[in-house]
Amino acid sequence: MSFINLKDKVVQVKIVYYGPGRCGKTTNLEYINRKFRDQIQSEMVSLKTHGDRTLFFDFLPFDMGQIKGYDIKIQLYTVPGQVKYNATRKLVLKGVDGVVFVADAMEKQREKNIRSLNQLHENLQDYKESIFKIPLVIQYNKVDLKDHGVPILPTAVLRNDLNSRLKVPDCEASAITGYNVAATLKKIISSTVVSIQKKLL
Amino acid sequence: MNYGIVSQEQLEQIDTILSDKLIKLGVNCVIIIDMAGNIITAKDNGESKYDVYSFAALAAGNFATVDAMAKLVGEAEFSLLFHKGQESNIHFSKIDDELLLISMFGKEISLGFLRLNVVEAIEQIRKVWEGSNG
Repeated sequence: MSFINLKDKVVQVKIVYYGPGRCGKTTNLEYINRKFRDQIQSEMVSLKTHGDRTLFFDFLPFDMGQIKGYDIKIQLYTVPGQVKYNATRKLVLKGVDGVVFVADAMEKQREKNIRSLNQLHENLQDYKESIFKIPLVIQYNKVDLKDHGVPILPTAVLRNDLNSRLKVPDCEASAITGYNVAATLKKIISSTVVSIQKKLL
Repeated sequence: MNYGIVSQEQLEQIDTILSDKLIKLGVNCVIIIDMAGNIITAKDNGESKYDVYSFAALAAGNFATVDAMAKLVGEAEFSLLFHKGQESNIHFSKIDDELLLISMFGKEISLGFLRLNVVEAIEQIRKVWEGSNG
């Protein structure tokens, strides 16, 4: 749940990047951290293993400016993608306002994407949230690999696998090159802010 | 309990409690956060400059982890969560199921004295909360 401070006129919004292991959640945040440095007042926090895998979460606070006199502070989190870390994934989802589901476009990851999305559905249910109601954006990441001869799934297939029922905004992206990283962020921020406004009115 | 929006009046009352009970005692910085990692309010002695937003995210994660470990060993919760350093210490205390009070203090304050004051502060904060949210 977003937290609204009426005294200091600050709204804190929690957005979580979710997806299977090595799909590029941390890479999304790292790109945002480099690209929007002037809007970010503190360092990105990363809790990772020696092998550079996310152990708990990454955290990046991001100032979006003001809406109707309120400072909007976007808090970006990632979850650990590895299958064994579902307990920690669930902890990070607590109080979430919006989710970016990062799918891995590589052909061999097809099943892992579907499993991860299903688990997101279950994890949200535990917090009495619904994947059909929460602001959600799906990103088909790693489309740049096509140029390197790595077999990737066509977007139509990914869309059919992941977004045929949800029908949420989605896009192709390449977190490593930055292609559509900002576009994904803009989409999730706008749908999350609209949803918070609706809840308040 | 609806904690999503706190009135200005409530926050001012809570800030006064934190100042009177903890900052005046010599505590460097006090933060109230929710379990999702949002900051409800933060007070400091004017000297310490912590990155409170990152701190809140990490503290919520830390508390949730310790809580999960308690369940694994069959405890409802661990009542004392305290980190001791050379120069500074951090004490965590649960206000209710959704809120945490975190105090950062130096070596000049004893843990026992701090805990006594934290307990009193929390009682007063709960009253402010219940007063308007019932």
